[in-house]
Amino acid sequence: MTDTQKPVKDMTTDYDIFDPEFVKNPYPGYSEIRESQCPIAHTDRHKGSWLPTRYDDVVAIAQEYETFTSRQILVMPPAEGRVEGPYAAVGAPPITSDPPDHHWHRRLILPVFAPQAVAKYETSTRNLCNALIDEFIDKGTADAAADYAQHIPVRVIATMLGVPLEMEPEFTDWVRGVLENMTDDEWRMRSFRSIVEFFLGQVEDRKKNPRENDLITDLMNAEVEGKKVPIEYVLGVCQLMLVAGIDTTWSAIGSCMWHMAQHPEHRKQLRENPDLWPTAIEELLRVYAPVTMARIVDHDIEFQGCPMKAGDRVLMAFPAANRDPRQFENPDEVILDRENNRHVAFGSGIHRCAGSNLARLELRVALQTWLARIPEFELVDPSSVTWAGGQVHGPRKCMVKF
Amino acid sequence: MRVSLDYDSCQGHQMCAIAAPEVFGSDEIGNAKILISGDVPEALHAKVRRAESNCPERAITITE
Ligand code: HEM
Ligand code: SF4
Repeated sequence: MTDTQKPVKDMTTDYDIFDPEFVKNPYPGYSEIRESQCPIAHTDRHKGSWLPTRYDDVVAIAQEYETFTSRQILVMPPAEGRVEGPYAAVGAPPITSDPPDHHWHRRLILPVFAPQAVAKYETSTRNLCNALIDEFIDKGTADAAADYAQHIPVRVIATMLGVPLEMEPEFTDWVRGVLENMTDDEWRMRSFRSIVEFFLGQVEDRKKNPRENDLITDLMNAEVEGKKVPIEYVLGVCQLMLVAGIDTTWSAIGSCMWHMAQHPEHRKQLRENPDLWPTAIEELLRVYAPVTMARIVDHDIEFQGCPMKAGDRVLMAFPAANRDPRQFENPDEVILDRENNRHVAFGSGIHRCAGSNLARLELRVALQTWLARIPEFELVDPSSVTWAGGQVHGPRKCMVKF
Repeated sequence: MRVSLDYDSCQGHQMCAIAAPEVFGSDEIGNAKILISGDVPEALHAKVRRAESNCPERAITITE
């Protein structure tokens, strides 16, 4: 019997992040843990982990990078046998880096993602969204997740990296292999190898045929203290761009589409008051925060009464933190002009999502473009919506009609 | 009202600039930068309070 087939006895001692009900709707489970005697739950399933659910605990763990390290950041340990071959040591800097190296690993890529730098992707993202809508607008029905959300971030990242857009189906498959199907070791390993091999090929090609103005080229030319950065860094960052930039953003867009399909009053509010968009996007990111990240405990400690051992995995459930009533009034309610919103959908501390400005832009443009062209729409059948969960939470099939 | 920024805790969430774009901008790595000098004009007080209460790193301090 696999870990996910046994019924969950008690959320605080036996939670299962891959339980189908939890994957679909994790919020009641988070809330049960958060309001129990044991707001930091533990499970032996999926090789064991801790699950803090209160805002203050999640943020404290994100801030304490010396105790809670980024040696591994996925919610499950790596697939067995993964560490083989010449590029086995390729990590995903800066997300898998700890200080002191984290500093330059992150510093090098930040300028590419500053708000003023990502603004140049607005027009191409809007054109892309319009082209996707052209495909289905006359049919009166579409899958808002698979026909729309899923295609947006992958093409934006491919453009940014300077790799062929025709690779979209492969990228999507690899990313799902790494992030969504962690219990399938074979798919995980194959995806990891394919990504590294693909980018190795891209690097080799650029050595023979130099290019300009793409992120891979910029990374290959980057220098730190007068020395070219190592190839492992270039490959690692490229890998991270795919893994961190695609599934996450597509899940956020998908959840927002799912929400909008069920809330005509919010569509109307945004139509009548477009100034609301920036805060509305933050509020939607708060409520539908897609990403949970892990940390590895460096040394035995007692954290909030929990005896954590060196090597233990701790899941920073940002989606749970973002709905803590201690931090947010009426946390389960979407309030598009919410006044106080220190949400942590993009994490907290030194690993704050480097791509957050790009993600926000994609989310806003995707929603605005859809709502301008398809102002009225609804779910075909709420019970037929399917979800991914675990590391990244969002809808995978979401049929709407208009 | 005056506003100051703790550059060491700022991690570039940019939520300040979303709340009060007249007062907060971005430097070349996307961390916050204060765009005004001296007192915050009355008309922007509400927005600056919102910026303060939306910064996840609590890097903004308001003095009145
Ligand atoms: C809505 C979409 C997204 C969400 C919710 C999200 C969430 C996150 C979170 C929670 C972290 C913190 C990781 C940690 O603490 O270990 C993170 C890190 C990161 N994200 Fe995102 N992300 C999104 C989109 C993107 C995009 C579009 C990109 C780039 C193309 C990106 C690139 C990164 C990078 C490079 C890091 C690592 C930063 C570091 O370790 O210093 N993300 N993201
Ligand atoms: S919201 Fe806070 S952490 Fe983010 S850029 Fe502004 S001051 Fe910095």
